[in-house]
Amino acid sequence: MKKLIHLSLAILVVVAALFGMRAWFTHLENRSVGNSDQPQGKRTLTIYNWGDYIDPSILKSFQKETGYRVDYETFDSNEAMYTKIKQGGTHYDIAVPSEYMVEKMRQDNMLEPLDHSKLTGLKNYNPAFMNEPFDPKNKYSVPYFWGTLGIVYNDKFIKPGEIKSWNDLWRPEYKQQIMLVDSARDIMGMTLASNGKSVNTKNLPDLAAARGKLTTLMPNVKAIVADEIKTYMAQDEAALAVDYSGDAAEMMSRNSHLHYVVPNDGGNLWFDNLVMPKTVKNKAAAYAFMNYMSRPDIAAKNAEYVGYATPNQAAWQRLPKATRDNPSWYPPKVVLSKLETYQNLGPTWTQRYNDDFLEFKMTNQ
Amino acid sequence: MTKKRTINFSVPYYLWLVLFVIAPVILLIFESFTNLHGQFTLANYKSYFGSGTYLRMTFNSVFFAFIVTLITLAISYPMAFIMSRLKHAQFWLMLVILPTWVNLLLKAYAFIGLFAQKGTINDFLTFVGIGPQQIMFTNGAFMAVAAYLEIPFMIMPIFNSLVEMDQSLVNAARDLGATKWQTVWRVIVPLSMNGVRAGVQAVFIPTLSLFMITRLIGGNRVITLGTAIEEHFMVTQNWGMGSTIGVVLIVAMAITMYVTRDRKGGGKA
Repeated sequence: MKKLIHLSLAILVVVAALFGMRAWFTHLENRSVGNSDQPQGKRTLTIYNWGDYIDPSILKSFQKETGYRVDYETFDSNEAMYTKIKQGGTHYDIAVPSEYMVEKMRQDNMLEPLDHSKLTGLKNYNPAFMNEPFDPKNKYSVPYFWGTLGIVYNDKFIKPGEIKSWNDLWRPEYKQQIMLVDSARDIMGMTLASNGKSVNTKNLPDLAAARGKLTTLMPNVKAIVADEIKTYMAQDEAALAVDYSGDAAEMMSRNSHLHYVVPNDGGNLWFDNLVMPKTVKNKAAAYAFMNYMSRPDIAAKNAEYVGYATPNQAAWQRLPKATRDNPSWYPPKVVLSKLETYQNLGPTWTQRYNDDFLEFKMTNQ
Repeated sequence: MTKKRTINFSVPYYLWLVLFVIAPVILLIFESFTNLHGQFTLANYKSYFGSGTYLRMTFNSVFFAFIVTLITLAISYPMAFIMSRLKHAQFWLMLVILPTWVNLLLKAYAFIGLFAQKGTINDFLTFVGIGPQQIMFTNGAFMAVAAYLEIPFMIMPIFNSLVEMDQSLVNAARDLGATKWQTVWRVIVPLSMNGVRAGVQAVFIPTLSLFMITRLIGGNRVITLGTAIEEHFMVTQNWGMGSTIGVVLIVAMAITMYVTRDRKGGGKA
């Protein structure tokens, strides 16, 4: 009994010491960004972003310049983010949902409307990427990055120019060579596009046809994975991958044999957007962050780090010419005009897409 | 101690049970009877037992969990047996436990390094002239990794039961003329059945719902119930269906516990 008490006491002491150290580190960190640590809530900006989706040096310079301390948390899917914010108990000032999720959060009254008079950088954005149907007049969101869904190929196994459209993936010679990104909406969407249908279809026969067609892709599929797809492709594990443009950029920087194609038969154009969830605690800091990110020099720097395409026209002009004119990242108007953004389908149809995808995953071999 | 005192001491324990064991299970069962719009429905169960997809997935999960348990047991029993007879048994046990201190994801990534097209194993195969083989994303790779992860949880209970065994019974068997094999088979194995049971429970049940490994190593070519639950809670947001699968898993666990329970009279431990 005595031993037990001693042990418990020892654990308590350790916990207290660790707690003290944590407070000390927070204090140090606050001081290093020139921040008085007393009114915590007013000096902290909590950001909820995708993993590896900002240049860390920008966060540092933002803290230095504005004196806010950034609390940075990450998620790996729109749905995970939605669930966490919806469950409550969080106090995110900034979140980064994709376009269909902006629409959903807006409908569910989870977003704070933006006061445009406080946004100083709006004029920098390309009007072509503003006022999109998912958020008319950008009442709730400012675009952060945009990109496409496409095909990555490795020129050790595939000849350049061999892949032009989604339908090329179904060729029998690519047996066991394709990696797919584990996302119902994207894989169902690309199959729909290969059939010339809308990626937002609510037509049962179209969807059933797509599911049937997708099942016939299984012999060519090597694996269905998430973020690991980048590592695998960089290591020549597979010849082809269906993935987002930014992931592709990262793989290509690690393996010069990889190339990215935006298929010419349609597909998805997506936006990730900065929004202020209703959980916002520090509006001033959130506006400061949005303005900071819209500065051409910062947006350009961030775009070069992340690899996705920036909707910021002024920043785009600052990018190296090779990036600016690269059709993989900034596709020509003809290709762009065929791409669609995802709409929020509502629970019933989302369920249907997901069930079809789950069923596809179950078709082994 | 009076009776009243005992009751007072047990209050926190019961409170804990009600709050963190019983209440969540009730919520889970309740949730499994609601649809996307929050109304009461039996549809989740109907679609679970009515669709080939879910039944096949259940069958798959049980099948894989069963094989993984079998592999684990086949490796662990002899290992625990040998270890229990070694001089520095505690040291060897320590070596077995050590990998459990390493994060699961790190171990999975280490296996990617071994199994990949340009991984260590394929380098070796190329070197001996066989040429690179597809190892990642196969059922074999998934089962190997799952078994590797679970082995410590199987060895520990078996090892303990072997060490705690009354050594004089083994001596008696030898004295009474049993051969070495007879002693092992008729005395030691039955006496260590408690450890085996505990090990099987500790391996089979978590393997049923493994989900990170199915994606990382199995490339989603192996789908378990765990994958489906993750999908329904995180992606589809169909908590009703996710809960239904959760309830099925709980039932499966209950069945496992029942089948592997300590039968009185049987092996008379």
